[in-house]
Amino acid sequence: MVVAAVRRLVFKPARYAVPAKYGKSHTPDAVFLLGLIAILMVADSMFSASNATRHLQQNQPVETLAVFSLPWMLKAAIGAMPLATLWALNVGAYLVHELTFYFLLCYRPFGIQFHVETSLFSVYFAKLERGTLKPVRWGVPDESLDQVKSFGVKTFEDFTWKHMLDFYSCADCGRCADNCPANAVGRPLSPRFITIKARDYAFQHYPVLGKAHNHKPLIGNIYSEDEIWSCTTCGACEEECPLLVEYIDKIVDLRRGMIDDGNVPQSLQKPLKALESRGNPYGKMEKKRGDWAKAIPPGSQPTNAVKLLDGKSGADTLYFVDSITSYDDRMQAIGRATARILECLGKNFGILGATEKDSGHEVRRFGEEMLFMALRDHNTEVIKAAGVQRIVTADPHAYNALKHDYKDVPPVEHIVQVVAREVRDGNVRFNPVEDKDRVYAYHDPCYLGRHNQVYDDPRDVLDSIPGLTRVEMQRSRDRSFCCGGGGLMLFYEPKEDQRMGMLRVRMAAEAGANVIVTACPFCMVNIEDAIKVAGMEGKMSVMDLTELVDRHLVREGTEKTEKLEAATCGG
Amino acid sequence: MTRIFAYIVHRGGIVDDSAAELFAAARKIDASGLPTAIVTGCGADLDAACNSLTSSFREIWKVSHEALTYPNAELVRQALVNILPANSILLVSHDHFGIDLSPGLSIKLGSSFVSDVLAIDGLEGDSLKLGRQEFGGQVSTHVHCDISSGAVINVRPGAFKPEQSAPITGLVVDKSSTVGALTARRRYLETIVAEAGDVDITKHTVLVSIGRGIQEKENVSLAEELAEALGAAVSCSRPVVDAKWMEKSRQVGSSGKTVKPKVYLACGISGAFQHLAGVKGNPFLIAINKNPKAPIFQVADVGIVDDVLEFLPELTNKVREMRGVAAK
Amino acid sequence: MEILVCARRVPDTSENEISLNAAGNDIERDELVYSVNEADNYAVEEALQIRDRVGGNVTVATIGGEDDEEILRRELAMGANQAVLISDDAFSGSDGKGVATILKDFVRKGRYDLILTGVQADDGAAQVGGMLAAMLDYPFASLVNSIALEDGKLKVSREIEGGNREINEIDLPCVLSIQTGINEPRYVGMRGIRQVASAPIPTLGASDLGVDQGAVGEAAARVKRVDYFVPALSKGAEMLDGSREENADKVLELVAAKGGLK
Repeated sequence: MVVAAVRRLVFKPARYAVPAKYGKSHTPDAVFLLGLIAILMVADSMFSASNATRHLQQNQPVETLAVFSLPWMLKAAIGAMPLATLWALNVGAYLVHELTFYFLLCYRPFGIQFHVETSLFSVYFAKLERGTLKPVRWGVPDESLDQVKSFGVKTFEDFTWKHMLDFYSCADCGRCADNCPANAVGRPLSPRFITIKARDYAFQHYPVLGKAHNHKPLIGNIYSEDEIWSCTTCGACEEECPLLVEYIDKIVDLRRGMIDDGNVPQSLQKPLKALESRGNPYGKMEKKRGDWAKAIPPGSQPTNAVKLLDGKSGADTLYFVDSITSYDDRMQAIGRATARILECLGKNFGILGATEKDSGHEVRRFGEEMLFMALRDHNTEVIKAAGVQRIVTADPHAYNALKHDYKDVPPVEHIVQVVAREVRDGNVRFNPVEDKDRVYAYHDPCYLGRHNQVYDDPRDVLDSIPGLTRVEMQRSRDRSFCCGGGGLMLFYEPKEDQRMGMLRVRMAAEAGANVIVTACPFCMVNIEDAIKVAGMEGKMSVMDLTELVDRHLVREGTEKTEKLEAATCGG
Repeated sequence: MTRIFAYIVHRGGIVDDSAAELFAAARKIDASGLPTAIVTGCGADLDAACNSLTSSFREIWKVSHEALTYPNAELVRQALVNILPANSILLVSHDHFGIDLSPGLSIKLGSSFVSDVLAIDGLEGDSLKLGRQEFGGQVSTHVHCDISSGAVINVRPGAFKPEQSAPITGLVVDKSSTVGALTARRRYLETIVAEAGDVDITKHTVLVSIGRGIQEKENVSLAEELAEALGAAVSCSRPVVDAKWMEKSRQVGSSGKTVKPKVYLACGISGAFQHLAGVKGNPFLIAINKNPKAPIFQVADVGIVDDVLEFLPELTNKVREMRGVAAK
Repeated sequence: MEILVCARRVPDTSENEISLNAAGNDIERDELVYSVNEADNYAVEEALQIRDRVGGNVTVATIGGEDDEEILRRELAMGANQAVLISDDAFSGSDGKGVATILKDFVRKGRYDLILTGVQADDGAAQVGGMLAAMLDYPFASLVNSIALEDGKLKVSREIEGGNREINEIDLPCVLSIQTGINEPRYVGMRGIRQVASAPIPTLGASDLGVDQGAVGEAAARVKRVDYFVPALSKGAEMLDGSREENADKVLELVAAKGGLK
């Protein structure tokens, strides 16, 4: 009790603070509840103490009181009181305790303590599938979505009952906000207040007495547009929440609502339109999608160039490249490294080339469900036509999309999973690292780590490279810190004090690393930018795990790997 | 020969730079003749404008009317319809005034209209051969314009280099009496002057100017660092302002500031004419652009095909290195 | 207020290089994606916002063929009340004046208080709005970057040099050509387009509108585009093709030589 009161009133952990923009502080409510609990404890103790003292004075059998407990101390204090006073104390304490207890029971649903009751249910009904999104409307199949009048969450009443239950179940502990990268860089988003503001709204608009006034738009009233677009869907908040409150689904539902109302920032409209017309957010021509593969220098692969899958190629593995690796000059190096690794591992693989479209992973998470469905249906069709047994990708976002958002496609693996398995099976060996001064830190991409629990494979691969020094950043694995967000987030211009990538680069420096290794093209973009902005070029560098693997793979009869890589990856 | 006129814009009696360009354009149509200037306005400003044209134009038609004090396109159009002889060719600068005036004027005159012309290949019978651009300057076209019932030609600012010719003594002819009644259904109220920014880009001798190629707001700092090292200022093209990456006061172009630096570094700027219209004084133009086909390379003195995000830091380092050495 | 927006479908050329077709008489259009002309989209958004403030209807019209229906659907999904496709073989090859003539006859069939166009399309001519206004004898303002409605008149701001704004009062009915950036056009998602997939879009031809066929089409055009060509590359610029470092050195040397270093 005392500790809790001191914590609330004296130390005031920063995360309990409520910034003015998010509403009023909940401390008075918390203190009031603490007071009620204190009364209960004192009354109960006084009841026991007076009882015991009375029995003692009447030479009746006395139940033993724990030494140094509150009743024990009170017993010592009231030992000399007359019997009548003790009786009065005894009955008084009983009444105070009962009244307080029942008052508290009735009061709890109106205060922050209600979470104790509701969380039983919200935890029981919590979503267990990581990396997935809720459908637009539960129970409505994709084909019938056209009949749904309104998409997403526009008013409080549009939230699902489970999400409303979440609002009541939040213990207001602030762990989500502490771990939220958007909150950390000063974007106008704190997951905690997504919940708290909605709960306050519910209390205000659904009073016990009087009429419920409802159906006000949430955006512009309790949430701002920027707040909802600021989320990178990294999942740190959900990972930390002790009561399993869901955030990504709510954010995506709110975005679906904004998309449905046409309320989309101009910076996102252009890439969305390009995705619709060209299948990639850059508006580049479809026919150039596979051009990166042509840039693999002849001779770097023992056999031939990357196959284009047409159903007759005989390849059993599809390398799903996705947009950024296909079109971005720098990220194409990841594509080439991946292709060379697959070749070296003896995989019979190919790419879709011009017929591949964006996986739609971010399209879906930015709330444009119908566009996502169009991309998914297109890709599903061409993947099926390719006649492969498995899919490999080097993009965790594509990996998550193909694994969780797509149906009826062959099983998908991220390239690090493939390499890790080959390492464990003893099928590949690595050359020792040349530069012993390099200290590597692995940055967990959100959609490989938190959303899909692939933590050990990349680390195992790194550790199997002889002589490689690896350190862990303080925030790693399930507490990894988002680089700034992938896909459409690269186009969005949030209001922020600094970049997430900058914080991440500093974390790596603090860990003593000078090379950040990641396994996601978006992490690479963000971290590479952050290194430049931080002026840490030369002191810190970033590379993709595929590039590192490609550079150190022992290839039969080729010693030229180093040189070739230097020529294509720029170093 | 069809008579050629040039509508000359002036501000407070100071004739716009386009006057000499329209003169040069007229000479491309008819090298043997001299165009007639038409100047509208009122009072001493109008006289000053007309007088400053007498050294190049043989004839200057002065059109004075109180309603024309501010060049309201609707009123100017009515005046010109009454003044211009049938089937004449009128050249107008393709700026915010020309865009306002000429299309409607051509309809009222019953003549042809060609917009945003940047080359004139001469006259063949009734067919005027012109050059234009489409798709943001990515593709050029040849255009034939039938001038049998006259033509209004909007000329791109900066497309025609002023000629050096011996000064003559032109004659100012007062045409005010033929203006007729002027009634406007569009009334000019006021001009709201853009807020002055923290940096006056018109005063700098070196400008590091950035365009869409800078890609995002955070990268603006790359240009700022270079500018700081050079002792220059950062300016930009319209998309950068539209994206709110820089203040409007930094924008160079027809809807922004007109600058006259000695050196202009166009970084990731494609080179739309609306932008180049704001770059005056023939600076040494260095263009850096990823796209080797960017129109900016047509007009630049020196071009580099490179990513500005990579090139700018390199150049900044070089400047700092040099400054460092010089300081010792 | 009854508002008409004249929109046009153009190839999206911002992200991709344009090449010429084999015959050299047009650009290579096979690989291009079309969408509504950017400035026209701002005009539609402005019309919708005015309608939402003062009531009325927004009609979007385009001259073209079946393919152009796509942009009309998009504008319907945005919130336009109706869309009209103006289509006739006789219209092909019209010059700016021809296009304005067709629109004039269309406008006369209806009753519009305000007509908006985008300031310019892919040909960069910025001419149809002004011509249309002159033919209808309506007042006109170009490069409009804000519109306010006051007592049956409009107060419009035009974008002029130096980032300044010219404020005008203009009587209705009038024609305004809208500059990009006047507003933030709303997003049209796939869902919105699907919802208007079956909305009727009437098609009107030359006889429906009473267009004088001698005044439109290729034969009537007094301004003719003869060809397309890509100008010879870098006739002006001396291209530096050294390494990045060499280029930077050279640039620094040139800046110094031109008096750019103090």
